[in-house]
Amino acid sequence: MPAKPEASTKPEASANYDRLDQLVRRFEKLFNILIPVVAIAVSLLIGSIIILAQGASPLEAYAALLSGAFGNAYNLSNSLVMATPLILTGLGIALAARCGVINLGGEGQIIMGGIFATFVGTLPAMQGLPAPLYIPVCLLAAFLGGALWAIVPGYFFARHGVNFMITTMLLNDIASGIITALVQGPMKEPDKFAPQSAQVALSARLPILLPKTRLHAGFLIALILAVLAYVILFKTSFGHDLRTLGENPTAARHSGIHVFTMQMVIVIVAGGLAGMAGSAEILGSQYRLRSGFLSNYGYEALAVAMLGQKHPFGVVIAGILFGALKAGRGTMSRAADLPTSFSMVLSGVIIFFVAISPVLMKLPRYLAIREMNRKNRQDSTLSNAA
Amino acid sequence: MDFLAIFNQDFFYTAIRMAAPIILAAVGEVMLERAGIFNLGIEGGILFGAFLGVLGSYLFQTPWMGLVLAILGGVVLGFVFGWATISLGANQAVTGTGINILFLGLTSLLARMIWGVRDVPLTVPAFQDISIPLLSDIPVLGPVFFRHSLLVYVSYLMVLVASFVLYKTTWGLKIRAIGEYPKAADTMGIHVIAWKYGMSVFGNVCACVSGVILSICFMNCFVDNISAGRGYMAVACVILGQWSPVGALLGGLIFGAGNALQMRLQIYNVPIPTSILLVIPMVLALVMVLLVRGKASARPAALSKPYEK
Repeated sequence: MPAKPEASTKPEASANYDRLDQLVRRFEKLFNILIPVVAIAVSLLIGSIIILAQGASPLEAYAALLSGAFGNAYNLSNSLVMATPLILTGLGIALAARCGVINLGGEGQIIMGGIFATFVGTLPAMQGLPAPLYIPVCLLAAFLGGALWAIVPGYFFARHGVNFMITTMLLNDIASGIITALVQGPMKEPDKFAPQSAQVALSARLPILLPKTRLHAGFLIALILAVLAYVILFKTSFGHDLRTLGENPTAARHSGIHVFTMQMVIVIVAGGLAGMAGSAEILGSQYRLRSGFLSNYGYEALAVAMLGQKHPFGVVIAGILFGALKAGRGTMSRAADLPTSFSMVLSGVIIFFVAISPVLMKLPRYLAIREMNRKNRQDSTLSNAA
Repeated sequence: MDFLAIFNQDFFYTAIRMAAPIILAAVGEVMLERAGIFNLGIEGGILFGAFLGVLGSYLFQTPWMGLVLAILGGVVLGFVFGWATISLGANQAVTGTGINILFLGLTSLLARMIWGVRDVPLTVPAFQDISIPLLSDIPVLGPVFFRHSLLVYVSYLMVLVASFVLYKTTWGLKIRAIGEYPKAADTMGIHVIAWKYGMSVFGNVCACVSGVILSICFMNCFVDNISAGRGYMAVACVILGQWSPVGALLGGLIFGAGNALQMRLQIYNVPIPTSILLVIPMVLALVMVLLVRGKASARPAALSKPYEK
């Protein structure tokens, strides 16, 4: 640890600390943006090595990726559609991470959301419902599905301290077993061969926002929820308690925050948002359930949340980046043959890099102190000269 | 169908066999967690080891080089994980998840790049099962216990070694002290950081060798996601076994039995979808973890807290 400036009883001392605080904050702001940018740069660099090893040109491949992701209105809408579940799941993971809960169960919660939404969306008894009623019912069902998948491990974690990460990971595998069995059996489209469900009712589908594109209302919902998450996290006392719990659990307990309730709420919200991610994809884009309909999105959402620095707006930006990577991969693979595992490699590198970035977050304080010491020395030499 | 017919000699043989990789990875994880590090990246380590095993066997046409390569890979992975979590103080669970995702993608990508896209995966020389003379001739017990591959025996042996080291030697005392109260251990002159690095390397080597068991003992090829959640089951084993090697062995045997049961049920054509049968071990792991919970007193007190002087 760098030496702290010596505390003294002089009035300048407190002014000094104020100045230090300001400096630290300025550097921290810079680093909050710098770290994700560096993380992306590093992962793209590693990506280039892989592309080079395949005998293709990284520049061409990345150019193809860009045009495939943003080249025209349709491609752009495709990127945003793929970003939608990532943003929704990532928001839940970011909120949970803010209070110290790491949700690795996104994968399973997404699947449960998809199952519940498809079940309600194909229920013959509900076919007559008008869209303004039917869509919210489906979304709510998906929220419940995702929350259900998080609430059991959440309860045992909050009440008994059972490792939340390992239980949710196991539940991911269980959920994927369940969905495969469902689309082959009970939920399979009647009289058809393919292992997939029937299409959801027309009135249950999320409306397309822009004609001739794939952009559906799910993206808008994700944006609204991001704003809502921002307001809750930074403008309410609940959000303040939540952040306190994440940053200093002991202080949180002593200040009378009800830790159990807080953790249960956040687990339900995180699971529910992941469930909604599953439903947004079903109701807005794929219209029917297949096993692996959002394969690996749960894990990539963790990368999104980390890359977005656990900030709702950061999650939106990171989600769009990852969505673009997914959408652009099709055109990119023409320039270099890159299978789906490529984006997993990038996600892994990004998560790893962001995980080790806290050591970089110590730098702002260090830099600020050095800056101040330099200034103080200058001041003292000046006063000595005088 | 007579339900009990499932539990024949073959069932127990399969259970012992399927338990081995989980037990080996879990024993490595026990030592790691006893030194205060929570490694969720076992799954990635297993995948990495499985891939390197096949690669070594492919390059040198002998499974032994696969094993050597996997051990080297484990050492490197141990240092990288240690550097991130011990030296840089990164969140251990997040780092582990990063490693899992990275290696799930990387092994699949590299396998494609080296061996191309194939309908049937490329086969390489693999370890053969060894029948231990005399012992393997014992009726019933012989075929169940003494006709396994070398690394399966090593896995079970590792339980004894780890148990002995952890509870009967000063090394073990040091490791446990670091996991409980690193500051006191440091004051006593134990090099906390070095020991943590050592355990990180040991745990990751165990995970990688466990991958070797999957790829070139049980099979002779690499397929995507060959570990299929065994790393997570190993972490569950550690909790089930209350952070002791023998406990991890028992946990591993339960999952081995779950796996064997699942395979036998598939053969018997029970009217349950295969995809549900496949997750039986996971359901078993989940229920057990929730029931046992892991007493707070058994959990190393400084688990998953980075150590700063």
